[in-house]
Amino acid sequence: MSGRVQRSPNPSRVGFPLTRRKFLVGGASAVGAAAVLAACGSDDESTDTGAGDDGSGAFEMGTASGTVRVGSNYSDAKPNEALKAVLDSFPNENVTIELNEVDHNTYQEQIVAYMQDPPDDVAPWFAAYRLVPLASAGLLMDISDVWTGMLDDVLSGGFKQASTYDGKQYLVPWTFYSWGIHYRKSVWDSVGATPPEDWDGLLALCNELQGQGITPFASGNDGRWPAMGTFDQINFRLNGYQYHVDLMAGNESWTDDRTKEVFARWAEILPFHQENPNGREWQDAGQALVDGEVAMMTIGNFVGDLFPAEELDDLDFFPFPTLNDEHGQDTVEAPIDGWVVVAEPANEAAAKEVVAYMGTADAQNTYLSIAPGVQAPAEGVDTSAYNALQQKSAELVQNAANVTQFLDRDTLPAFANEAGQAFADFLNDPSGIDAILEDLQSKAEALL
Amino acid sequence: MTTAAEPSSTEEQAEPTTAGSDDQASTQEAGGQRGGRSQFVGSDRRVFLAMLLIPTTIHVLIVWIPTVLSIVLSLTKWNGIQFSDLEWASFENYDQIILGAFQQDFFQAILNNVWLLLFLFFGPTLLGMFLAYLLDKSIRGGRIYQSVFYTPVVLSLAVVGFIWQNIMYDQEFGLATWAFGGGENVAWLGNQEFLFDFGGYGLSKNFLAILVAMAWRHTGYIMVLYLAGLKSVDASLKESASLDGCNEWQTFRHVLFPTLKPINVIVVVITVIEALRAFDIVYVLNTPRNTELLSILTTDNLIGEGADNIGRGSAYATMLFLLCIGFVLWYVTNHYRNQEASV
Repeated sequence: MSGRVQRSPNPSRVGFPLTRRKFLVGGASAVGAAAVLAACGSDDESTDTGAGDDGSGAFEMGTASGTVRVGSNYSDAKPNEALKAVLDSFPNENVTIELNEVDHNTYQEQIVAYMQDPPDDVAPWFAAYRLVPLASAGLLMDISDVWTGMLDDVLSGGFKQASTYDGKQYLVPWTFYSWGIHYRKSVWDSVGATPPEDWDGLLALCNELQGQGITPFASGNDGRWPAMGTFDQINFRLNGYQYHVDLMAGNESWTDDRTKEVFARWAEILPFHQENPNGREWQDAGQALVDGEVAMMTIGNFVGDLFPAEELDDLDFFPFPTLNDEHGQDTVEAPIDGWVVVAEPANEAAAKEVVAYMGTADAQNTYLSIAPGVQAPAEGVDTSAYNALQQKSAELVQNAANVTQFLDRDTLPAFANEAGQAFADFLNDPSGIDAILEDLQSKAEALL
Repeated sequence: MTTAAEPSSTEEQAEPTTAGSDDQASTQEAGGQRGGRSQFVGSDRRVFLAMLLIPTTIHVLIVWIPTVLSIVLSLTKWNGIQFSDLEWASFENYDQIILGAFQQDFFQAILNNVWLLLFLFFGPTLLGMFLAYLLDKSIRGGRIYQSVFYTPVVLSLAVVGFIWQNIMYDQEFGLATWAFGGGENVAWLGNQEFLFDFGGYGLSKNFLAILVAMAWRHTGYIMVLYLAGLKSVDASLKESASLDGCNEWQTFRHVLFPTLKPINVIVVVITVIEALRAFDIVYVLNTPRNTELLSILTTDNLIGEGADNIGRGSAYATMLFLLCIGFVLWYVTNHYRNQEASV
C-alpha cells in the first residue's frame, strides 16, 4: 500500500460490491417514529445561533433551521458520492448542509488540531476508545439526548456501548466490518477442508493443509497493524472480552500468565503462516489467498476488495475457533465508524439532527446503495443488497454478546504503536517473547 | 575515530577559501574602529540598525522562540489539546526516553543516525568522488553516464523509498530479490535482525537496505559536486604532476585532492546535515522495525493520534536539537578559529 498505514482500515474506506436479500423495517418509518419521541436532553445551556431549537432541551427532529457544516474525510470516490447522496436526502428542508471535504489521511493525522478549532459542526470519527482522548478533553458534544430520543430504538446495545464514554454517548454509528478467518470455498472443497470449530481442529487442519503443500495462513504485517488482529482473536477467545478491555486500558499486565498464554498459542500456529510477515503488505498476503496459494487469512472483511467481483462468491469466512469454553465465540471484532458533534457547534440543533439522521436506516440505506462494501448498524437497514459475506458478518455482529473495535482502536493510539512494534518483534523471533512483553509492559505503565 | 579524522581535515581545508574574504572583513572592521561612530550620519545609522534588527527579530521569532518553547514543553506532560491540561513534569520525559521505557527506541535511533552518518561518508562520498574522477577524464559517453548517475538526485527521498520498495525490494518480484535471492523470497525491508549486535543494539538488515537506497541518490549528488570541483582544477597542475613522474594515485592524492578542499567542506556539511535530518525515506516505508531515527520518533510523538504527550515528542526533538547544535557549534568555532589564525 502506498503511504503509511499504521492503523487498521476504516470501514468507510473499504468496500466491495455485494448482493443478497433480506428486508427489514423501512427506514423512513423509523425517522417518523423518532420525530415524535422527546427525550430528556442535557443541553440546557445550549447557545445555538439561528437554530430552531427553542432551548427546551429535548431532542426533536425537524425543528432546526439555518446552515450546518459537515466535515467529511470520505475522500474516496464511492464513499464520497454516497455521503453526498445521504446529505441530499436529509429530510429537514429548513437546514442547509455545507460539506467540507478533507483528505482522509490528513484528517486522521490532524484530528486534534481540527477538533480544537473545528470548522465544522458535525465530523466523522471512530467508536470506542478512540473517542476517549477527544471526549475526555471536552472536544466533543454529549449527544446522549439524541440517543435516548431516537437512536435507542434503531441501534442495538453493542453499538451504544461502543459510542459511550463515561456514561454519555458521543457518537452515532455509521458503518462497520468484522474480522474473522477468510478462505476460498473452492480451494477448501478441492482439499476437502471444512471450517474448524475449536483450536485442536484448527491445528489438525493446518497440519493437513501443510501436508498437501498449501501454506495454511497468509500473513502480511507491513504497517504493523495486521498482526494485532490475530492477537485480539486469540486473546478474547482465551481470556474473554473483559480481559481484552482491561489489558487495553492498562488494568491487566502484559507479563501476566494469561497474556503469555496468548503468545504461546499464537506461536503454535505461527509455523503455519507465510514467512517474513513484517515486510509483506496485507494486500500481498491477501493476493496469495485470492490466488489460492494459501488456504486462509485472519483479516477483516475488507479482504474482499482484492477479489475480482465475479469471484467474490467464492470468499467465505468463519469466526476464530473456540479456545476456552467459558467464552466460546461470544466476542466479535468489528471496527465501527460514525459521526460526532463538535464541542461548540455553530448550529447545535441542526448538527444533532444531522447525526440523528445518520443513525437511521434511511440514511444508511442510501449510503449502502452507492457504497456497498461495508455493513450498516441500524436495525431496519435494507440488507437485501448484502452478499453472503456481508450478511454473515452483519448477523455475527448483531448477535454478538461483545463487540471489540480492534487493538489500535481499543487503546491509546500511542500505546497501540508500541504494541505493534512488540508484535513485529514477536513475529521476527517468537522465542524472545518474555523480554518483548516486559518491555511492552513498561511502556504500558509509562503510557496508560 | 574515522569520523573525527574526516572533519578535522576540513578545518584545514576551510582555510584558503575563507582567508581572502576574512582579510577584507577584518580590514573593514579595523577601519570602522578607527573612524568611530562619527563616520555614520543619522540616516546611515537608521539603515544600519534596521538591517540589523529586522533580520534578527525575524530569526529570533521563527527560530529561537519556538526552539526555546520546545525545550520548555519537553519538561511538561501535555496532550496538546488544552493549555489547562499542561502539567509540569520536570525531567520525567527525559528519564523515560533515556533511562526508562523508551530507552531501547531512543538509543537505537541515535545509533541509526550514527550509522547513517558513517555510511554516507564511506559509501556514497567515496563512490561519488571516484565516479567524478572517472567522468572528469572525458571518457566517451561521459555526459550520458553523468546524467544517469545524477538523475536520482532530482527525486525526493520519499520517492526513492517508493521506487526501491516496489521495484528493488519486493519480497517476491523485486529486482534485488531476483538478482541476489537465489530463487528464494527475501524480506529486504521486513528483516529487522541485526547484522551485528552489541547488547540489544546494532545495525539491522532492513536499515542497511534503506541505506543502500539512500546511496543510490546521494552518490550522484556527491559526484556532481566533485565533478564541478575537478573541472575547475587548473590543467597545468595535472600536467606538471605527470612531468614530475607522479602516478595516477599520487596525482590524485597529492595534487588534485588538496585543491578540492572547498568541495570537501561542502560535502562534510551536506553529509552531516543529511544524516541528522533524514526522515522521509524511512517514514514512507512505514518505519520498519529497528529503522527508527530521531526525527521519526519526534514526529510520531508530536503529530497524529499517537501524540498523547507533546512533552515526550519535544524531549526527542530537544535531543536532536542538542546533536545539531553540537555540530553547528563545533563547525562555527573551528571555522572562526581558522579565520583568526589566518589573519
